Amino acid sequence: MAVANTIRGIGHRAIDAVWRIGMATRFFFLTLMYSGSSFRRFHLIIKELFSTGVMSLIIIVVAGLFVGMVLGLQGYETLKRYGSESALGVMVALGLVRELGPVVAALLFASRAGSAMTAEIGLMKATEQISAMEMMAVNPIARIVAPRFWAGVISMPLLAALFSAVGIFGGYFVGVVQIGVDEGSFWSQMQAAVDFREDILNGVLKSFVFGVAVTVIALYEGYDAPPTAEGVSGATTRTVVTSSLVILMLDFVLTAMMFGGK
Amino acid sequence: MRPLDILGCKLSSSVTAEICELNFAYAKRPVLKGINMRFPKGKLVAIMGLSGCGKTTLLRHIGGALKPSEGCVKVGGQVIHELDQDGLYAMRRKMGMLFQFGALFTDMSVYDNVAFQMREHTDLPEELIHDLVLMKLHAVGLRGTQNLMPSELSGGMARRVALARTVALDPMLIMYDEPFAGLDPISLTVVGDLIRRLNDALGATSIIVTHDIQESLKIVDYVYFMSNGVIEAEGTPDQIRASDKEFVHQFVHGEMNGPVPFHYPGGDYRQDLNLQA
Repeated sequence: MAVANTIRGIGHRAIDAVWRIGMATRFFFLTLMYSGSSFRRFHLIIKELFSTGVMSLIIIVVAGLFVGMVLGLQGYETLKRYGSESALGVMVALGLVRELGPVVAALLFASRAGSAMTAEIGLMKATEQISAMEMMAVNPIARIVAPRFWAGVISMPLLAALFSAVGIFGGYFVGVVQIGVDEGSFWSQMQAAVDFREDILNGVLKSFVFGVAVTVIALYEGYDAPPTAEGVSGATTRTVVTSSLVILMLDFVLTAMMFGGK
Repeated sequence: MRPLDILGCKLSSSVTAEICELNFAYAKRPVLKGINMRFPKGKLVAIMGLSGCGKTTLLRHIGGALKPSEGCVKVGGQVIHELDQDGLYAMRRKMGMLFQFGALFTDMSVYDNVAFQMREHTDLPEELIHDLVLMKLHAVGLRGTQNLMPSELSGGMARRVALARTVALDPMLIMYDEPFAGLDPISLTVVGDLIRRLNDALGATSIIVTHDIQESLKIVDYVYFMSNGVIEAEGTPDQIRASDKEFVHQFVHGEMNGPVPFHYPGGDYRQDLNLQA
């Protein structure tokens, strides 16, 4: 009996997971379908850009600075063993632009802006604001979801680029200013080794994909949250956990497609 | 599906909305069982009953948020559940709904809340919207709150702003879901009076779902009493006050004893307390 219950429980969870993925996919396509009005009234997107993008700036800049500084320290210690300290700039830049910039910025974005989006929409649902909008013949997907979606998609690559830029500065500060690596070789090697299409554009592409994934997860969880305090808090937690796992999974897939086997 | 004419869904021109043989169940639990109601033009009709008797479910059917299992809801001559999304949205533009706690948009000021539908559904210039918003706010006595945020309003004020938003586009049918819930006596009288005056001024039809028997009987033209998904009684306020039906009498006078039991059904009390017989 206990075994049967366990199997039934696993089956129930599997069906629930597939059902949720299906609903989230449908939600994503509905958001795309109703995005037209958001672009016609771009001020709605700009308003959301402020709360998702601008309000995330501090955490992104501070985290980027410290990640770059740690990268500079660790990189110097490793490269020194092989007498390649002059390649510190390349290491810091490639590490940030290809990998850490998009991934860490997306993780921070999910925790800061994603959770806020879920909580806001969940509370709008709990306080009947979404029902009120529907009763006023205004489609909530077009009016509430789509502007937030595009704000998230636009913000994410910009935040990742900022994270990488500030991180490189952090690596420069530790490597060149503090430790004394040659400034000329730090910048020149970086300039020579970092390829615009191969490294920078691929990094931007990654952060764009992460932006779509995180924003869809956050909006769907908020829209689907049970209209109770417990429901909203559970949805907010799910946003951060699911987004983090999806970012890391997508990162592996994208890295394998972009750089794997070369 | 049974044809609508068999169900008797013939709408006369003096009726704004009509419910015919409406049945609805959540999963397999029946909530509404063969409901018939009429909402004549210009009248204020109350739907009363205990919590969970299906009042709000009924309102959601009129607004098109739910589809009936059987029967139909007609508004302005159109069967609501047969409308596609565009048709339903077109119909909802002619309706207004006041939610239990106002449901004001918390990220917008009072002014923007009232202007919301005008900006969404009309091409009116901002100067005209400004005048209309101030007129609507003046009608509910809150013109001076236009720059406040919903979090700065009291419960009664929020309800009045929501009322101004509800009538922003002069709807033909206004629905109120528990408009008196949680209000102090003064706010309660003010909101009740506003509902009556706005209905008469707009020539609209209003449906009020409420528990507040005393306030409602002062302002409405007709009352439906619901219990367990069916209509238990109906009539004018005077008829309701004079009713000798046990359920109505208990409800109107707020008595503990009557057909509505105090105790929720449970097992044997002594057994639950582990007492010997």
